[in-house]
Amino acid sequence: MPKDTGIGASTKRREDIRFLTGRGVYTDDLSLHGQTFAVMVRSTVAHGRIVSIDTAAVEAMPGVLAVFTGEDFKDVGGNPAGWLINSRDGTPMREPKRPVLAHGKVRHVGDAYAAVIAETYAQAKDAAQVLSDATVIEDLPAVVDMRGAVADASNRVHDEIPDNVCFDWGWIEDNRAAVDAAMKAAPHVVTLELTNNRLVPNAMEPRASIGEYFPGTGDYKLTTTSQNPHLTRLLVCAFVMGIPENKLQVVAPDVGGGFGSKIYHYGEEALVLAAAKRLGRPVRWTAERTESFLSDAHGRDHVTKIEMGCTLEGDILAIRTETLANVGAYLSNFSTATPTFLHGTLMAGPYKVPHVYVNVKAVFTNTAPVDAYRGAGRPEATYSIERVVDKMCRELGLDPFEVRRRNLLTPDQFPYTTPVGLVYDTGNYQATLDKAVELADVAGFEARRADSAKRGKLRGMGLSTWIEACGIAPSHLVGVLGARVGLYDAATVRVNATGTISVMTGAHSHGQGHETVFPQIVAEKLGIDASSVEIVHGDTAKIPFGMGSYGSRSLAVAGSAMDRAIDKIIAKGKKIAAHMLEAAEGDITFADGKFSVAGTDKAKTFGEIAFSAYVPHNYPLETLEPGLEETAFYDPANFTYPAGAYICEVEVDEGTGKVDVVSFTCADDFGNVMNPMIVEGQVHGGVGQGIGQAVLESTTYDENGQLLTGSYMDYAMPRADDVPFYTVDHSCNTPCTHNPLGVKGCGEAGAIGSPPAVVNAVIDALQRGGHTHVTHIDMPVSPNRVWQAINA
Amino acid sequence: MTEVTMTVNGKSVSAQAEGRTLLVNYLREGLGLTGTHVGCDTSQCGACVVHVDGKAVKSCTVFAMDVAGAQVLTIEGMANADGSLGVVQQAFQDHHGLQCGFCTPGMVMTTAALLADNPRPTEAEVRHELEGNICRCTGYHNIVKAVLAASGQDAGAMAAE
Repeated sequence: MPKDTGIGASTKRREDIRFLTGRGVYTDDLSLHGQTFAVMVRSTVAHGRIVSIDTAAVEAMPGVLAVFTGEDFKDVGGNPAGWLINSRDGTPMREPKRPVLAHGKVRHVGDAYAAVIAETYAQAKDAAQVLSDATVIEDLPAVVDMRGAVADASNRVHDEIPDNVCFDWGWIEDNRAAVDAAMKAAPHVVTLELTNNRLVPNAMEPRASIGEYFPGTGDYKLTTTSQNPHLTRLLVCAFVMGIPENKLQVVAPDVGGGFGSKIYHYGEEALVLAAAKRLGRPVRWTAERTESFLSDAHGRDHVTKIEMGCTLEGDILAIRTETLANVGAYLSNFSTATPTFLHGTLMAGPYKVPHVYVNVKAVFTNTAPVDAYRGAGRPEATYSIERVVDKMCRELGLDPFEVRRRNLLTPDQFPYTTPVGLVYDTGNYQATLDKAVELADVAGFEARRADSAKRGKLRGMGLSTWIEACGIAPSHLVGVLGARVGLYDAATVRVNATGTISVMTGAHSHGQGHETVFPQIVAEKLGIDASSVEIVHGDTAKIPFGMGSYGSRSLAVAGSAMDRAIDKIIAKGKKIAAHMLEAAEGDITFADGKFSVAGTDKAKTFGEIAFSAYVPHNYPLETLEPGLEETAFYDPANFTYPAGAYICEVEVDEGTGKVDVVSFTCADDFGNVMNPMIVEGQVHGGVGQGIGQAVLESTTYDENGQLLTGSYMDYAMPRADDVPFYTVDHSCNTPCTHNPLGVKGCGEAGAIGSPPAVVNAVIDALQRGGHTHVTHIDMPVSPNRVWQAINA
Repeated sequence: MTEVTMTVNGKSVSAQAEGRTLLVNYLREGLGLTGTHVGCDTSQCGACVVHVDGKAVKSCTVFAMDVAGAQVLTIEGMANADGSLGVVQQAFQDHHGLQCGFCTPGMVMTTAALLADNPRPTEAEVRHELEGNICRCTGYHNIVKAVLAASGQDAGAMAAE
């Protein structure tokens, strides 16, 4: 019987009411007294030297209040990369300055080199166009293709970096010789070269920022579309602007999706703060969609060669990969972690594979910065592994289900130390595979294939068994790996005098439903009604600290901090109850919202204890402070390891090459599930994005570095009729062993596990249809590519 | 600037507008009705859908002046008179048809217009009719379910979960 409240209940979301009635408050919905409008002036060329910017051309235009250029920010700091990666030879990565506004050179189409502030948006927009026309930029050859970027030392994105290489990373370098030897000795080696296509995250709310400055106190306020306001504050204060942290409040109100793209600090945030100070008025900026395409951090964009050594029976013996990872023109905040520690460490997949070596060269190009996008490195690893496993099955004539079963780790092998540096704590990969096989009715596939054939379609089935490392992340470990921050989180649980509760959490909800789920946990633990619990997030002035929401970390890390703070509340409550009930503290038990003396009927309700803490008339004041509020910081002991099995069926039209995803089945292990409705929604969304990557989405720059896919006319977002209903299951749970809630995280799973299942299904359809020469098609498997492959 | 008058959510309203002022900006900035969102500027994403004289339109594609005197319905006018959620809104909550909420006003307005035209749509019809509304969060699964449920059909059975 499903629960209707508390942990495990599919509680309907309370935040829906405001979103469904038009009363959400997103950054661009705010209207401030005296506000002004900023419009950025962006490069129309991919690479060029700024010769002159004639600001006088716009200063007298109607409504124009100020013009900023790179010159105004040349003496402040750059926006830094959050992880220091060392190359195989021990040298640190190349880390060029990323200025607030481009200075000297522009390095990608959309690179902002000036900003105009005016009384109205229309006036600012008019002036920005005039300023663009009044700017002289000397064109330089664009570095677009990664292979060309590495090969041609004469053409440089950054003058001081001759080969355009940020780093050349080996993981684990000491294992390289053993992996090479294992590969050489393997009875069979499968090789696959593939591209993991560049994607634009495309949160539906474009980025927006509002800067305010209060001259009376010297305080700044930044309202911005952020997944992690504290990190933005840290970056603006400590690295870019030099503002003391206690003088900047960062607020992220309702945020319309992020998917990684709103983790990062962007130059517009510093610009609106500087402009607000100069003008003494609020300054607001909102991106147009094309600006989002040009300037949001993109995702993926790897070119990989993967080799897999195996026995003729399909036992995996070794994996070796070489990857070129595009970081774009500048290093975005997580950009160096994404292709390395979020990618290389997952290259063993869910398999018992003794030898793995990963090499990644990160390459600068004259394109938008590339950073973490839903899944971040783990989709790239999963795609490489699951595609090459599939290719191995075809080359050796083996069944893809059986080969996975041969190689999957078994439950008795946990904890399992992988050859790429992780310790998987728990899992049952056979169970999720069996569940997926059952739910997808694999046994009935041939009948469905015959039915498709009658309708002139080729049907195929694809499988992917995936794992990810999330719940990011143990600080001691990521510190060793190069992180420049800790990745704990924090929560304050404030019990108000009347017994209601405010939880200040470092997690940020931009669609995940924290306002509903976190109170379910509080209510369950304290035996109170969830409606008396309120979640406060997204405001550095209100919450203790936090590293925000990404990497499927909200519940596993911030939720664990909240759980610890609740434990402290209960512990203090026991002390108060012991005094009030005239019993020993050790005899007090807490259950169902009551503090009781064990073995008696003497008890105080949670509300009575809360009231006593704030009206301490009968209270142990000599040994205990009044009040009932506790803060906990939680640093995870390990990553969490969600895993699962996905099965996709497609129909391919031989005549046009069009691929239709006709069914998609997910069996996931997320550990304990707090709200099944929300978990399933997260999987749906991730799978939708994964199908988008596999079938539709392509971010295309031409040879001059012009973005050809800069609007929804050109970039194929998945729409309702591009996807089927999905079948999702999360019943095969092995609770996480190291966090108090036993949760693993579910936000990225769908986007990680699904692309290889789709592509494997397409190859299967073509192979079964007699097109046996087709062993790989790069994503997106568009009609053009599939038709070309069929007719090659 | 010209004073433009129309009826929005049953009330006669006026606000200043330039010739180039779009209906979405008139609603958001002129009237403070910020429930209607701008997601793409190019009439692709559907976050700005409102009803003009009973038809679903993308309000980023319409000049305010061109609809002077019209009857306009926005997300702020979709709840019942007592403030409770209307049928479509309630179906979206019941079926978790929204996550970040940004595309939601447009989805609700498109759904209301779709069901007015076609009270018992098939799944395929729903998916086709929602082509003009982009959602990045839900993978559309629960949106399609919500629309089917709002039409009085057994959405759970149709989704065959």
